[in-house]
Amino acid sequence: MSTLPIPPAQSAYLLAGAQKNMPPPRNFKISGVLADRLFALLAHAAAWFTLLILLAILVSLVVGAWPAISAYGLGFLTSSVWDPVQNEYGGLVMIYGTLATSLIALVIAVPVSFGIALFLTELSPGWLKRPLGTAIELLAAVPSIVYGMWGLMVFGPILATWVQAPLQKLFAGVPYLGALVSGPPVGIGILSAGIILAIMIIPFISAVMRDVFEVTPALLKESAYGLGATTWEVVWTVVLPYTKTGVLGGIMLGLGRALGETMAVTFVIGNMNQLDSVSLFAAANSITSALANEFAEAAEGLHQASLIYLGLVLFFITFVVLALSKILLMRLQKGEGARA
Amino acid sequence: MSTGAQLLTAADAQRARAARYARRKRTNRIALALALAAMAFGLFWLVWILWETLRLGLGGLSVALFTEMTPPPNEVGGLSNAIYGSLTMVALATFVGTPVGIMAGIYLSEYDTRGALAQVTRFVNDILLSAPSIVIGLFVYAVVVARFRSFSGYAGSVALALIVVPVVIRTTENMLLLVPAGLREAAYALGTPKWKVILSITLRAARAGVITGVLLAVARIAGETAPLLFTALNNQFWNADLAKPMASLPVTIFKFAMSPYENWQQLAWAGVFLITMAVLALNILARVLTRHK
Repeated sequence: MSTLPIPPAQSAYLLAGAQKNMPPPRNFKISGVLADRLFALLAHAAAWFTLLILLAILVSLVVGAWPAISAYGLGFLTSSVWDPVQNEYGGLVMIYGTLATSLIALVIAVPVSFGIALFLTELSPGWLKRPLGTAIELLAAVPSIVYGMWGLMVFGPILATWVQAPLQKLFAGVPYLGALVSGPPVGIGILSAGIILAIMIIPFISAVMRDVFEVTPALLKESAYGLGATTWEVVWTVVLPYTKTGVLGGIMLGLGRALGETMAVTFVIGNMNQLDSVSLFAAANSITSALANEFAEAAEGLHQASLIYLGLVLFFITFVVLALSKILLMRLQKGEGARA
Repeated sequence: MSTGAQLLTAADAQRARAARYARRKRTNRIALALALAAMAFGLFWLVWILWETLRLGLGGLSVALFTEMTPPPNEVGGLSNAIYGSLTMVALATFVGTPVGIMAGIYLSEYDTRGALAQVTRFVNDILLSAPSIVIGLFVYAVVVARFRSFSGYAGSVALALIVVPVVIRTTENMLLLVPAGLREAAYALGTPKWKVILSITLRAARAGVITGVLLAVARIAGETAPLLFTALNNQFWNADLAKPMASLPVTIFKFAMSPYENWQQLAWAGVFLITMAVLALNILARVLTRHK
């Protein structure tokens, strides 16, 4: 762990360089050519810095996770044992928790975001567009720790009393559905985490959807309206097909956010390494909350390496999802240019 | 309609058309009502969260919050060391991250808008912008904490700075691209060197937008908890030495909120109130700045 050859040197060097990046004083008398070269060099260096950071993150994670990677290989991903006492680790519980919460978040957030984007682009009176859009964007500005605390103290108990308890009564004795809502009604678990994640990613998805809806050429929409289409038909059969790559890109962006969200999930997921209960209300764990809870106290060696391995898995998944999102959004922009 | 073409009189056709029309109108009304409901759904959470933050946070607000240190369980105290730690680390991170972000933004808009390096940088930057912040924490742990064998305020600042950079790059680039080319050309025509054109013409014209980006970056890192958990760690004592573990508002809130002690939870709510207000104020300020542009 302590011998990480490349990244420390790089980052120390680059951070020292960062401070030198301050623009030169205006009346500094050096030849214009030299100043020009120096400035261009700094700008180039800053761009390279961004690329190097990504590489350095990747390298440092692989190096840090190496003991676990060499010990478990890919079997780590399918083993659900997580036992610091026996020094035996597998990531399935956390990976499942991360995927399940993000999936619930998407199921809720996508239709709601679509509704919000539809409202903001087609329904809202002009003077309301900006304040309402800003209000939704503020949902993204609220720090995740606030969501977490609110979720644990306020939302969880309400969810348990008003949703879980009635559902338990309703599904009592029903084979599969009953198991799905079993567990003590404390409002902690995969569902609360998923709902809170949904609220957190709604602003991202709806902002992208709104923006791509707005680039739909007015001519297309007006033609459809001119043929007698209703607002809904225009959105569903003209705007949505025209912007589908962008919409998908927005959804991917939201998914990337949900996968990597830490604090809000850590507060409400319960942090218990179990897969025995399929209940949506049972305490579980996610990659991010395992890291948040265990990493600072983890013993160096296999425990720490396994946690970093989890971090690497998370980084890999989010990287793929976010890259996909970016590619989809870029493709929309290109298509836009071709059609215009 | 299904009665057959022979029986389809003009009146029937009329009726069928009217029915179809009514159905389409109904679908439309339902869809639009659902859109309205979605909007209300989104606003509902915002209002609820802010309301609870106000209700539970205002109760814990006092002068002691700013003058006294984080107390042991069940004793009175404040959050002064956490507030100080947060302010210091956020300030240092902004100070270090902003110039890098601005320079990279300048590169993307002034030196190379379509080249390979620019394309890749833009792509990577957008990924870093949404990358899980806890992974940044892991990275800084590996390169700073593990190397110097100590959690420290410096490590926390580095982690936060790495979050500032992509935000500033993005806004700086966008804002510089909005500056009309004519402005630059006029300056070049007067024989101004490029670095001077960028600093005193382009950057100056886009000043409000660039500042907005920095404000948004500050707002983002002010509430970040995950990257501090195992870089700056926490510290229940007063500490102004950045080389030692340092308390911060978000990490303290996390620790206090998860505890069973009443007074700690109370302090956590007060902390949540402070952070939320600061972050919202920064966001609104940033918006006002760009609107007047």
